[in-house]
Amino acid sequence: MKVIVAVKRVIDHNVKVRVKADNSGIETVNVKMSMNPFDEIAVEEAIRLKESGFVTEVIIVSIGNKQCQETIRTALAMGADRGILVATDQELQPLAIAKLLQCIVDKESADLIILGKQSVDMDNGQTGQMLAALLGWGQATFASKIELSEDYLNVTREVDSGLQSLKISLPAIITADLRLNDPRYASLPNIMKAKRKPLAVITPAELDVDVTPSLKILQICAPASRTMGIKVSTVTDLVDKLKNEAKVI
Amino acid sequence: MNILVIAEHDKIAIKEVTLSTITAARELGAITLLIVGSDCNAAASAGALIKGVKKVLHVDDVIYKHQIAETIATLVVSLASEYSHILASATASGRNFMPRVAALLDVAQISDVIKIESTDTFVRPIYAGNALATVQSSDAIKVLTVRATSFQAAGKSLLPAPIECLPSTDNFSKTIFIDEVLRVSERPELAAAKVVISGGRGMAKGENFTMLEEVADKLGAAIGASRAAVDAGFVANDMQIGQTGKIVAPELYIAVGISGAIQHLAGMKESKVIVAINNDEEAPIFQIADYGLVGDLFDAVPALVKELT
Repeated sequence: MKVIVAVKRVIDHNVKVRVKADNSGIETVNVKMSMNPFDEIAVEEAIRLKESGFVTEVIIVSIGNKQCQETIRTALAMGADRGILVATDQELQPLAIAKLLQCIVDKESADLIILGKQSVDMDNGQTGQMLAALLGWGQATFASKIELSEDYLNVTREVDSGLQSLKISLPAIITADLRLNDPRYASLPNIMKAKRKPLAVITPAELDVDVTPSLKILQICAPASRTMGIKVSTVTDLVDKLKNEAKVI
Repeated sequence: MNILVIAEHDKIAIKEVTLSTITAARELGAITLLIVGSDCNAAASAGALIKGVKKVLHVDDVIYKHQIAETIATLVVSLASEYSHILASATASGRNFMPRVAALLDVAQISDVIKIESTDTFVRPIYAGNALATVQSSDAIKVLTVRATSFQAAGKSLLPAPIECLPSTDNFSKTIFIDEVLRVSERPELAAAKVVISGGRGMAKGENFTMLEEVADKLGAAIGASRAAVDAGFVANDMQIGQTGKIVAPELYIAVGISGAIQHLAGMKESKVIVAINNDEEAPIFQIADYGLVGDLFDAVPALVKELT
């Protein structure tokens, strides 16, 4: 069984982002970039499924600029088999990403796709569900546990009031939530080995997908900042302030 | 403009998050509220009495009992051509089926809308709320999920809107519900609570959350947690507040033993008044707290219970 995992290169989640002064976007010069944390979890899960014997090949796909090859190499160093970069300098939106992934899934005849539940830059949380819709497959979003069998999956999902379990026929799409696993660190020998793993580079045009966005970003601005309040020295003081100053209790 | 809002309900009542989504929808046009479920007549009647709702569509079938995203999306897509906008709350449910709806309609989806600028322009947070994007859509049908905490809950109307019953559409048989473990709580829902008290890694173990329960009892508060507390197994996942968990914006938010990672702040920084109790004076949570108490939470929380008596 082939598994495809899509990974996105994003500003590292520990970086405090800064909005550009002209409100045209986010400052990215000299900013540390990493694999989207949810995608790392997706990669880890795919590798574990391979280690457990159900999966024969783990293919990593990234869509973006040339530097995304580094992100793919990171996944290959974790244990994935090969990579595909759909190279473009254009900022693509989730529907276009889903359409590109659909083409690759068709070409590769994959049976399972694992994605992160959202990227921590745009916070859309749409790609997995859109891809499932385009393929006509079942979707198990926000997965915290996966059990794979020959032709179906049992997935536990994190929902608003607890946990839900679904049985879903293959082929299917999973989006990974935080508690699905703890991703491994790549060892140095594996990082070296990953450099020799195959990585194909293709373009959206080769896949014949129209990637024109229907959403236009008019501006990106910083949110209103909160001013730092005061320190209180005792609980009595705190309760007094909440009652008489803030009037919230 | 005709606006379709998909309601969340418990078969009887309409959830608070949907009331907020209706308020957002009122800025766009005339609202049709879709109540889909199994044995949900009471919810349909309740929906007809929400201010701003012009019409209720009621689709009742056992196939909708567990709100499987694939099956719900098929239904919504079958209705879509009549509407300029389709809205649902940005909850685990809305986030699950709305992108599927959008892809089937070949349009974009706009997640977590916090402000409606015009019928085609919306504001949404990105980068865990550290930036706000204003986006304009050129799609014929706009598919939005709405962040409930950014809009007031719609009130009641005296005259019920008409209810139209519609037949169900196809069941998606490749996804089957097995079971669910839902946490039942007497406390208010996190997303709608006026007061929220949350614990973090500093709580040290799950049993210590009983201290927060005592405060919550006094204040009628909901109880939340940081990711660190959930990952450590102190409390259940559905209590997590943050970028990838629940978003809250209560009148009063009390953060106990939470350092304040940006991912946590993303879920609570719109709260009106923020209190932080932490023994680390340098904790980032103090930078956004209106009232900060530097001290041992194991002394401060019992003292707080006593003060509130």
